[in-house]
Amino acid sequence: MAAERIEGLLRQLAPEVLGVLLRRHRYFDECEDAVQEALLAATLQWPAEGVPEHPRGWLITVASRRLTDAWRAEHARRDREDADLAAVPSSQQHAPAPDEAVPSGDDTLTLLFLCCHPSLSPSSQLALTLRAVGGLTTAEIARAFLVPDATMAQRISRAKATIKAAGGGFSMPPEHERQARLKVVLHVLYVIFNEGYTATSGPSLQRRDLATEAIRLARLVHRLLPSDGEVAGLLALMLLTESRHAARTGADGSLLPLAEQDRALWRDDLIREGTELIAATLPRAALGPYQLQAAIAAVHAEAPSSEETDWPQVLALYELLARVAPNPMVTLNRAVALAMVHGPRAGLDLLATLDEDERVARHHRLASVRAHLLELAGDTVVARENFKLAARQTTSAPEQRHLERRAARLSVRDGT
Amino acid sequence: MKYMLLIYENPGTREAFFSDEKLMAEMTAYVDDLRESGEYVDGQGLADPSTARVVRIQNGVPAVTDGPFMEAKEYFGGYMIVDCDGIERATEIARRFPPSPVGGAMEIRPLMDDGGSED
Repeated sequence: MAAERIEGLLRQLAPEVLGVLLRRHRYFDECEDAVQEALLAATLQWPAEGVPEHPRGWLITVASRRLTDAWRAEHARRDREDADLAAVPSSQQHAPAPDEAVPSGDDTLTLLFLCCHPSLSPSSQLALTLRAVGGLTTAEIARAFLVPDATMAQRISRAKATIKAAGGGFSMPPEHERQARLKVVLHVLYVIFNEGYTATSGPSLQRRDLATEAIRLARLVHRLLPSDGEVAGLLALMLLTESRHAARTGADGSLLPLAEQDRALWRDDLIREGTELIAATLPRAALGPYQLQAAIAAVHAEAPSSEETDWPQVLALYELLARVAPNPMVTLNRAVALAMVHGPRAGLDLLATLDEDERVARHHRLASVRAHLLELAGDTVVARENFKLAARQTTSAPEQRHLERRAARLSVRDGT
Repeated sequence: MKYMLLIYENPGTREAFFSDEKLMAEMTAYVDDLRESGEYVDGQGLADPSTARVVRIQNGVPAVTDGPFMEAKEYFGGYMIVDCDGIERATEIARRFPPSPVGGAMEIRPLMDDGGSED
């Protein structure tokens, strides 16, 4: 079996193995470490010796042994070995049978809820989810987030300590909390996806893996909760967004807006899967923001060009989204759709309502959308000012380059 | 989000810190805290401006001169890079830097990142 396939298998088994350990021992921190050690052992052994007949059982056995060893060492240090060993239930002293059957789906879901615990900071939720559920190593996560290993290691160990302090065992959140907790899980997956999707070329190549990983995890959650509309919506949104990835940057690495992308580069397989998924979900599930965003992405995906896009449909969907989940970013996008249907002035009027909104008043997206609509309206002088403003406000290097170029383009045309 | 905290010192800063054990201990604890929270990315102190060289473009040509042209009242003395949840948190980190008895300043600048959204 090729190293890549082994890695895939290990990553798939990681949350299941951790789930089994946690149901037995409850100590998240120690169990998680033990699973990482078992994964490492497998990475070293399997390519040379072959994949064992029961890979999951093998991992459970090795991880359990590590856990027991760690406990024994700890007990020995405290010099209370005899008394404590007697107190350790026999199930913890012996490795489990390798073929032990367990329902692993619920464990994985419980694990996701735990990693996205509300007492953790957003960056800790991301890191812990990628490690405990995604089976990534600390070094891989550190590389993806462009921080030193030590920083990420510390973040993960602190996250585990926080979970320990928050108490609560390895069990599903109570029914009445579950929907709110699921929302956090989906948001974490969405952020992971975006971290990877928006990464451009060069040193960020490893960041790209985050998008793939987020899709894998979203598929997993969708498999576990097939009837949840928002889970399906998120997965569809990721697939439809990812379909554009190859087209979103030019040959020189610069960003290309949707309207300028070569649509022949969009991936049909992802578009088909995403479109079918959202089409099947919308009629039967309670409507939510991910589903609406996926529906919008699907309308774009089926259009042969920006001009031939069904803009009235896009606008209708943004209006629905503004009702379901109003926020200034939705208003910004609605303004673009409004401009495409009713002309740039209509879009600019809607944008004006955001000037007093502290959440976006100084955000580069407000200035860049305004600049774009002003350019459409033929007001090149003010459009240029707004492109310059947006270029100063963004912290994204590729966006800054794109915005400066558009400003320069206008001054050439304008002769200023 | 990553931020660089640019530390501005004056000619009295290092003496004030190095001669005060309590301040030095606070400094160590401060950095340890940032490491412990998983926010510390990197940090360096710079040698005195008198050791510097400047390459300046003059009439389109780079010209090299030795360091400071005059005793600056305040100069760039070092930096820290933190990775935290936003500018508010970065500001809080800067505010908690052990206050120098001889003054000084910190500038908080977001780092550019290589991600970008095409819409």
